[in-house]
Amino acid sequence: MLKILKYSFFDLMRSRWSYVYFAFYLLLGVVLLFLNNDLSKAVITLMNVIIVLVPLIGTIFGVMYYYNSQEFTELLLAQPIKRSSIFLGQYLGVALSLSMSLILGLGIPFVFYGLFESSAIWDFSLLLITGTFLTLIFTALAFNIALSNENKIKGFGYAILLWLFLAVIYDGLFLMTLIMFEDYPLDKLSLIGTMLNPIDLSRTLILLKLDISALLGYTGAVFKQFFGTSFGLVVSFFMLTVWVILPVLRIVFKAKKKDF
Amino acid sequence: MVTIQNLHKKFGKNQVLSGVDLNISEGGIFAILGPNGSGKTTLIKSVLGMVIPNKGDITVLGENIKKNSEYRHKIDYLPQIANFPSNLKVRELIKMIKDLRKPTDEDQRLIELFRLEPFLDKKLGNLSGGTKQKVNLVLTFMFNSPLIILDEPTTGLDPISLIRLKDLIKAEKAKGKTILITSHIMSFVEEISDEIVFILEGKIYFKGPISELKTKTNQPDFEHAIASILTDNHA
Repeated sequence: MLKILKYSFFDLMRSRWSYVYFAFYLLLGVVLLFLNNDLSKAVITLMNVIIVLVPLIGTIFGVMYYYNSQEFTELLLAQPIKRSSIFLGQYLGVALSLSMSLILGLGIPFVFYGLFESSAIWDFSLLLITGTFLTLIFTALAFNIALSNENKIKGFGYAILLWLFLAVIYDGLFLMTLIMFEDYPLDKLSLIGTMLNPIDLSRTLILLKLDISALLGYTGAVFKQFFGTSFGLVVSFFMLTVWVILPVLRIVFKAKKKDF
Repeated sequence: MVTIQNLHKKFGKNQVLSGVDLNISEGGIFAILGPNGSGKTTLIKSVLGMVIPNKGDITVLGENIKKNSEYRHKIDYLPQIANFPSNLKVRELIKMIKDLRKPTDEDQRLIELFRLEPFLDKKLGNLSGGTKQKVNLVLTFMFNSPLIILDEPTTGLDPISLIRLKDLIKAEKAKGKTILITSHIMSFVEEISDEIVFILEGKIYFKGPISELKTKTNQPDFEHAIASILTDNHA
């Protein structure tokens, strides 16, 4: 698996898009940190960008890479390599190269800014960790979609829909439910609802760590009680890990049964 | 060498293989023939584990291939259409496949044989169909495995390369290897194969030497013998 991972990773590292993605984060980091003196505001802006952009790029890159490397995959399938190694290697190759663009792109400006002396190091690390989780999750989901759809156009369509649903529509539905049932106690429901969407989960996690939960009113207080504690943090990371593991397991399962 | 028992495969509603029983003994060249869409490639891909059969057992060199990938160390496979990652150079591709399988020095000889030196630093996406097929042949023959599977090996080759390919296949046979070939070029099959396996409607219709097929169909030459099977069965 490591060999496949190596080849996929270097293949992507040579592609122009990895550099564009890296350069984008580099620019974003530099602009936000050096043209704006409020560190916590910079982190919030970064969060808003990461929460939306990372899943989108992960989904599109994942689907694109799978379809573009179909020929390479067929070549590998005739070699004495396990199917699970081929697909996990490719998946990790994509996910790790995207994560690296994110971490280096944002990390470099932060290091120059003097991050290691700043108190924001934890907020910032949390940002990068959730960003990496989101990359792992959405690349895995994209691979699932691509494995189940021979038709590229359909695959792309479903991938974009999935992103749209989790990034935008889910929140809308969630909010409507909360308004419709506002007469009932909803703290548990909203906690669970947040857990079931990795984007919402990451957003809540960062917002509460930044200590701006006062903005969220009563629900914020309930959330703070939960996510603010170390127990909440552990549960959240556990949920994010589950969100990575389940799609990855399905990749392995699906790959074993597929005809090429 | 290869034993296939009661192999069934369906793609959606399309039943491609329906109960194939085949025994390929060790040594010699076996040609797998059949009309378009008869299931030749599906049969080959089942042996390679690229297509998962619905039913049936396949054994390669005594190993059942289900949930196994190690047996592919003993198979060299030439895919039908040479589609390679287009942003790789020929040299890099050869190096990569060697890295994934095992080290070998055979590639140098094969590169010289097919006159591929000028193309080594070109990207695969920029090569012509015939040159890609030559690269494909180098990748297939460089590992010296006991079982060689060739799916339409002659596609796109010029006459000189075709002669070199025939010599190469004969040389491999002389080493005692088992070679499975599919092809639509009847003269090529007739010249090179020891036995033919004819697939029709997802079943083995005939297996044996070409002379036996000629007597069975009462036709003086091989091409007409094949044609008579097809007209008799498809009218």
